[in-house]
This record gives sequence, C-alpha cells and structure tokens, in this order.
Amino acid sequence: MKLNKFNKTKILVIAGLTRNPLPIVKHLLTMFMGWRVKPAMTVWSIILFFSLGTFPAHSEEQATDLNVRELILDHVGDGYGWHITTFGHTPISIPLPIIVKGRESGWQVFSSAKFHHGHESYKGFSIAKGGDYKGKIVETLASGEEVRPWDFSLTKNAFALVLSSIVLIILILFCANWYKKRQGKPEEASPGGFIAFVEMVIMSVVDGVIKPCIGKNYKRYTPYLLTVFFFIIFNNLLGLIPIFPGGANVTGNIAVTCILALFTFVIVNIYGTKEYWKEIFWPDVPTWLKIPLPIMPAIELVGVFTKPFALMIRLFANILAGHAIVLGLTCMIFLTVSLGAAMNTGMSVLSIVMTIFIDCVELLVAYIQAYVFTMLSAVFIGLSQVEPHHVKN
Amino acid sequence: MSLLTPDPGLLFWMLVSFGIVFFVLAKYGFHIIVKMVDERKAYIDRSLESARQANERLKGIKEEGERILSEARDEQVRILKEANEIRTNIINKAKDQAHVETGKIMEEARVNIQKEKETAMREIHNQIAVLSIGIAEKILRKNLENKPAQVELVDKLIEEAQLN
Repeated sequence: MKLNKFNKTKILVIAGLTRNPLPIVKHLLTMFMGWRVKPAMTVWSIILFFSLGTFPAHSEEQATDLNVRELILDHVGDGYGWHITTFGHTPISIPLPIIVKGRESGWQVFSSAKFHHGHESYKGFSIAKGGDYKGKIVETLASGEEVRPWDFSLTKNAFALVLSSIVLIILILFCANWYKKRQGKPEEASPGGFIAFVEMVIMSVVDGVIKPCIGKNYKRYTPYLLTVFFFIIFNNLLGLIPIFPGGANVTGNIAVTCILALFTFVIVNIYGTKEYWKEIFWPDVPTWLKIPLPIMPAIELVGVFTKPFALMIRLFANILAGHAIVLGLTCMIFLTVSLGAAMNTGMSVLSIVMTIFIDCVELLVAYIQAYVFTMLSAVFIGLSQVEPHHVKN
Repeated sequence: MSLLTPDPGLLFWMLVSFGIVFFVLAKYGFHIIVKMVDERKAYIDRSLESARQANERLKGIKEEGERILSEARDEQVRILKEANEIRTNIINKAKDQAHVETGKIMEEARVNIQKEKETAMREIHNQIAVLSIGIAEKILRKNLENKPAQVELVDKLIEEAQLN
C-alpha cells in the first residue's frame, strides 16, 4: 500500500511538476467546466461565450449571415469534403472519397462532390441537415426512414490523418535510412542538419522521458512511445497550419485520441507483470478493505480505465480548444464589422495580435501535449512493471 | 457531428493509419536510429577510454624517460667523482714515487760526491805528500850543505829511531 500510494503521488508529481504544471490545473478545471480545460482558455471561452451570445443578436439585425458557433464547430469538426474557402456563393473544396455500406444499396464508393456540398443526395445517401445524425451521411430507406450506414468515408480528418501518416513515415524512414547506410561504422554516424535535429528530438524523448519513467526495461517500449510522440507532435503542428494540407483538427478529434489511448491501454495491460495484477485485485491493504466489500480492488480497477481515459480527453480537449480559440479570435474581425470602421479596425488589430500570440502558445502546446502524452504513457507502462516487494513491514 | 462521440469511420481509419505508422516506424525507423545512436555512444565512450589509456601510457613513458635521464645524471656524477678520485690517486702516487726517486738520486749523488771527495782528498794527500817530500828534500838539501848539520841530522834521526 505504501508503495502504491507513493506511485500515485509520483504520477501526480511527474504529471504536475515536471516542466508542465498545467495538467493538475486542467484536471480541476475538467471537473468543473466540462471539456474546456485550458487555463488560458477559460478566459477566452468566457470572451467567446459573450461574443457568441451578443454579437449574433446584432448581426441578425444587420442581416449578416455569420454564425460563429456554426463556423467554429464546422472547422474543428469533421467533414466529407475539404472545404477551403467560399468564393462569393461558390464553395471551393477538395472532394474526398465516400465509402459507405448501406442497408439496401450495399457497398458504395463515390466522390463527395456528388453531394454538391450537402445540397443533393446520391444513390439514396445524403448528408443529414438535422436530427441525431446532423452533418453525417444517412441512407434514406424505401420506407422513408433515415438510417446511418456503415461509414468508412475518407473524411477531412481521415484524409489528413492518412496524409500526415505517409509524410511522417517518409520523414522518419529517410532519417533511419541515413543511419542504415552507416551501420557498423559508428565513427561516421554523426549526422548534420535535419537528421541531427530529428535525432536530438528522439534522444531527448528517450533520455528525458522514456528512460526515467519506465526504468530498466525501457528499450522494449521505446519504438512505441517515440511513434506516439512523433505522431502527436506532427499532427499537432500540421493542425496549426491554416491552409491545405494542414488545418485539419486531427489530434483534436476524440476518435484519434481514443485510438492512441487504446494503444497505451493495451500495451500497459498486456505487458503488465503478475505483481501489477496482484496490486489491482489483491492490494497490500487491511483485509476489511478487500473483504467482504472489494473497495480497494474496485478503485484500482477503475484506475486502470481512467488512466487512458484521461490521456484521451487531455489531448483532445487541449488541441480542440486551441483551434477554437484561434478561430474565435479570427471571427472577431468579421463580427465587429457592424460596429463601425473605427471599432472594426481596433478589434481587427487586437484580433491579429491575439491570434499570433495564441498561435505561439499553441506551438508550445503542440509540443507539451505530445510530451505529456508520451510521458504519461511511459509512466503507466513503468507502473505496470511492478517488481515484487522484498521488504514488508 | 458531435464533438464528444468518436466516429466509427474515423476510428477505423485511425486504427489502420496509426497501426501502420507504428508497425513501420517501430520496425524500420526508430529501432535503427536508437540502435545506431547507442552504437555511436558506445564508440565515443570506447574512443575516450582508449585516449585516456594512451594518455596514461604516454605519461608512463614520460616518467620512464625522466627516470632514465635522472639515472644517467647520477651515473655521470658518480663517474666524474670516480675519475676525480683516480686522478688524485695517480697524482699522489706519482708524487710519492717522485719523492722516492729523488731520494734515491740524492743518495747516489751524495755517495758519489763522498767518493769523489775521498778520491780528491786522497789525491790532495798524495800531492801534499809529494809536495812535502819535495819541500823537505829542498829544505834538507839546503840544510845539509854543511857537514855539521848533516851529522846533527843523522844523530837526530838515529835518536829518533832509537827512541822509537
């Protein structure tokens, strides 16, 4: 029990104090404020909240058709085409493949351009305009009922994901290839330029995070944790670039972070030692805490699931919030048009300055979140490598 | 689309893409990079260690050289001292020998001188004797020119002889 307690404190301390005190604050905020968890974010979400609340009322009077809430949700969410801009009344977007298996029409593959930006239906499929499936593809059955088909479409996020995965693989394999050529000749294997930079990042993660968090068996988990780190930071940074192929909110999508957390969950529990499972189901605590009511085992078992769950929510919320702030600040320019030229100019300048500032913060957050995800994964893996206690008092 | 419900299609694509990225990078990417960096680290450590050893050996060699040098210096001092002693010895011996030799020569000289002196004295004696005899003869001759004197002499001589 003593060790267990110590371990838990260790997680909190590592999560909270090593270079990044944000997680603890975020945990507290998560409890009170739902998923809007960034400390800086809270201020801005309040501002955003007011702007959403007040300005549309003005704009309705001024007959502006800008709906900030819709706009932001549309941008941070997923989509069936990659919308770039709307020129006049013609939306310009990159069509993406739709892959669906309908209940009546079977497997269908076609371009998202067939929907004409959601205005038309194709082979019984259309994009729902409201209801439970708003924004998603629905199949209209012969009976007139709308059902959700099996939807494996390469959506905007999926497409960005595949694209960034390919680029990431190419980048890392390019570096690895450089080393492969010099295998057995360590005296020549000191790179310069880009490869040296990648090496520096890799080794800083290995020496600064993986080694101290896992301990002696760290080599086995290094490839996974490095993959996670590079995958997250690469997608985070791509998400900050506002134009194609960046700008997609990949790591701010809960499906993406869910799979990442799932991988960590599986690795933690598959490679967990016997002692790890013993500490969950028969921890070293007074017997009345275990029998007849298994209080401690229940808590420990819940902990097994909450750890990856926290990983999933933390990354998702941080990145989503970053995108939302940047979009909200940019929208300020268009929202204040109705307030007159002077006000609009002032607000535009303010908006640009703030956007630049937040973008810089987001660069930092992109790194920190990749770092924190990797570090916590490493800590959880390290905790599952429990050795039997030799000293029992 | 609700932000908080994961979309099955995206879950599928994420599983596939991340699975492939993980597989490829773990097998062909990071593994090699980390291994090579470790190898390089080991190589650098080895190089540093061998440099340290070489340095130590060099230090040893330097010390050895200094030791030999100081030994040679000691030897030099010793030899010089010895040579000095030998020289002093030789000089002393020579001096002694010279003394002895001089003594001998002096002795010989003295003996010779003595001999010469004696010879000379003898000759002088002889000469004196001859001279005295001559003188005596002349004196006698002169004294004995008259008869009484001759008789007187004879008497005297006989007296002397008788007395003897």
